[in-house]
Amino acid sequence: MAVIPLVRPTLTLLERTYLPQIASGLKTTLKHIFSPNVTLEYPEQRPAIPPGYRGVPTLVMDPNGREKCVSCQLCEFVCPPKAIRITPGEIPADAPTGHVEKAPQAFDIDMLRCIYCGLCQEVCPEEAIFLQNQYSMSGYTRAEMVNHKDRLYELGGTLPDSHHKWDKKLAAEKSGPAH
Amino acid sequence: MFDFFFQLHPVIQGTAKGLAVILVIFPFAGACSLAERKVSAWMQGRPGPNRAIVPWIAWVPFLGKFLQRLGVFHLMADGAKFLFKEEPLPGHVNKLYFVLAPVVAMMPAFTTVAVVPFGAYFDPAGRLIPLALANVDVGLLAVFAVSSLGVYSLILAGWASNSKYPFLGGVRASAQLISYELSMTLSVLPVFLWINAPGQPGTMSLVKAVEFQSGAGLHWSGVWFGFLMPLSALIFLVSLYAETNRHPFDMAESESDLVGGFHTEYGAFKWSLFFVAEYSHMIIGSGVFTLLFLGGWNPLPGLPLATVAGWLGLAGTPLLVALLSLAVFLGKIVFLLFLFMWVRWTVPRFRYDQVMKLGWQKLLPLSIANLVFYALGIAFLERG
Amino acid sequence: MAQILFYLFAAFTIASAAGVVANKNAVNAAMCLLLSLVGVAGLFVQLDAYLLAFLLLLVYAGAVVALFLFIVMLLDTKSRASASFKKLPMFASLVAFGLLLAGLGTFVTRGQLESRPLHAVPALGANLKLYAYQLFTTYLLPVQVIGFLLLIAMLGVIVLSKKYDGPEDA
Repeated sequence: MAVIPLVRPTLTLLERTYLPQIASGLKTTLKHIFSPNVTLEYPEQRPAIPPGYRGVPTLVMDPNGREKCVSCQLCEFVCPPKAIRITPGEIPADAPTGHVEKAPQAFDIDMLRCIYCGLCQEVCPEEAIFLQNQYSMSGYTRAEMVNHKDRLYELGGTLPDSHHKWDKKLAAEKSGPAH
Repeated sequence: MFDFFFQLHPVIQGTAKGLAVILVIFPFAGACSLAERKVSAWMQGRPGPNRAIVPWIAWVPFLGKFLQRLGVFHLMADGAKFLFKEEPLPGHVNKLYFVLAPVVAMMPAFTTVAVVPFGAYFDPAGRLIPLALANVDVGLLAVFAVSSLGVYSLILAGWASNSKYPFLGGVRASAQLISYELSMTLSVLPVFLWINAPGQPGTMSLVKAVEFQSGAGLHWSGVWFGFLMPLSALIFLVSLYAETNRHPFDMAESESDLVGGFHTEYGAFKWSLFFVAEYSHMIIGSGVFTLLFLGGWNPLPGLPLATVAGWLGLAGTPLLVALLSLAVFLGKIVFLLFLFMWVRWTVPRFRYDQVMKLGWQKLLPLSIANLVFYALGIAFLERG
Repeated sequence: MAQILFYLFAAFTIASAAGVVANKNAVNAAMCLLLSLVGVAGLFVQLDAYLLAFLLLLVYAGAVVALFLFIVMLLDTKSRASASFKKLPMFASLVAFGLLLAGLGTFVTRGQLESRPLHAVPALGANLKLYAYQLFTTYLLPVQVIGFLLLIAMLGVIVLSKKYDGPEDA
């Protein structure tokens, strides 16, 4: 075992009275009295959220207002605390988005179970689920703490991407084989 | 103007004075607890309590907001909370002493107020008349004697709570208070050696101590004892911190290792009584320190009350002189209270063995040496 | 008024002194001792001996009884059923009681107490300077003797409580 010989500094008489040290401490605290506050007054002031922050998971729409989730249930499978529950549903063929594979009938995230790990966002092939900036969730009952689909879209908003993957696929199908 | 008061029956006078003490010290102590929270907040870069407000004061455009930010209304909110909270009485305590302890805490705290002079005026003949509820000749001794009874509240609270942490807090507090009483008493003796000049009746009067610091101009009689006897003042101040259980001598409470110390089992109004007692001890202690070492109601060293009153043209109106002296005295007390808080949020708590070592091995020999030094010095001065 | 106050304080003192003896709980007894001391201080105040009264409060009520309580708390004495009297202590206390009675009887019957009128008795306890002067002149020997007694007691405590951790033969 390594032994580190510790050399204690020999103190002068003045230092051993501790009075100069206390005086310098008092000077420090006095300086802090007149320096500006470092705290935020929370409900009125909100902290600036840094990029890459993992807040509450939300669902997003594409710029055309189509829900991006196709209920592939990868997030449901990957979710470590099993907070996500998806009920897949068909899209009627005559709907404007009928060419899209599927859509979730129900999409519930239990925020009492969610651990904000971000694996759902990581695994999503459709870029439909994102952990965004919202950090405060509260409710009076357990049922209130489960985010349903409409609430998830309300929180998520629109993702301004320009892939339009499904529209391109539809266009490609209509124009026949490319090769 | 106040003649009608002195014509009342002594019992009624005494009752009135007692009520006055309660009505002044209780809010003062409450304000101290608020000030403590604000000062600690400012030192830690926080705004501190700043939410509570009474609706119709919120309507006052600028002042209401300012008072809210200052947290003044938290004082009222706290008081109301403590009054209306449920009084818990744990099942395992000794009920008599458990209830008695907060009351015992209040008694010495309020009794000592009576003998501390808090201001002065000049009668038409130019004599100094001190303002005090009871101007007794044994002044300081009375303060020491009565405030030394304050230790029983801690011991009783700790013992009656019948649980581990309060007990440890009570044991620590009793040992600490008795230890520091010695150096405190010894440290003020040079002051009384100085003011008990030969040929006069002996006195322990605090008023006398102030009179000896009331010289005008560049003369040593105008120098405050704090500058004349800095070591005495320092020892007294350190012992005062220990006697009032303030940081860094916060052994009785020491919430990081004893939960809440002697008041762990207390709640609601009984708990707040302990705190009022602690803050009133601080107020009295600051008052005594001011009287002994900071020139009492004299505004500046070498600039006594009489001179300043003469400059302001107040000499003919005793009431205004009294108010001036009271303002100066209170100003010094408020500064010392701020110092209490300032030190509390600066210096970390001592370990218990350090407290005992400081008290018995450092302060006590130092105060004895100080006493011998000043005894010899004063004897030499008076011989020569 | 003074008469009534005297009887009040005297009765209070004696009653609480009886409480000290009669109480089985050590903490209760110590608190009774405290009350009794306060009563004595009240009696001193009635004799205009403010100095003595406050000294009594400062030293005995403020420190000595607090130390008693401190020890009682540390030893954690349970309030036992009163131990049966042993022969020797009983005999010794009977002798002490007899001596006390005899002493009191002598004072009362022979009138050896100085009974000068009250205003002729110098109020030693009232005046700080006079008190100190008497302490250092007339009563110097008792003060010195008590000082030595305390010193011996202190040395005894130090010898008893000091642990020598050096080698045995050193």
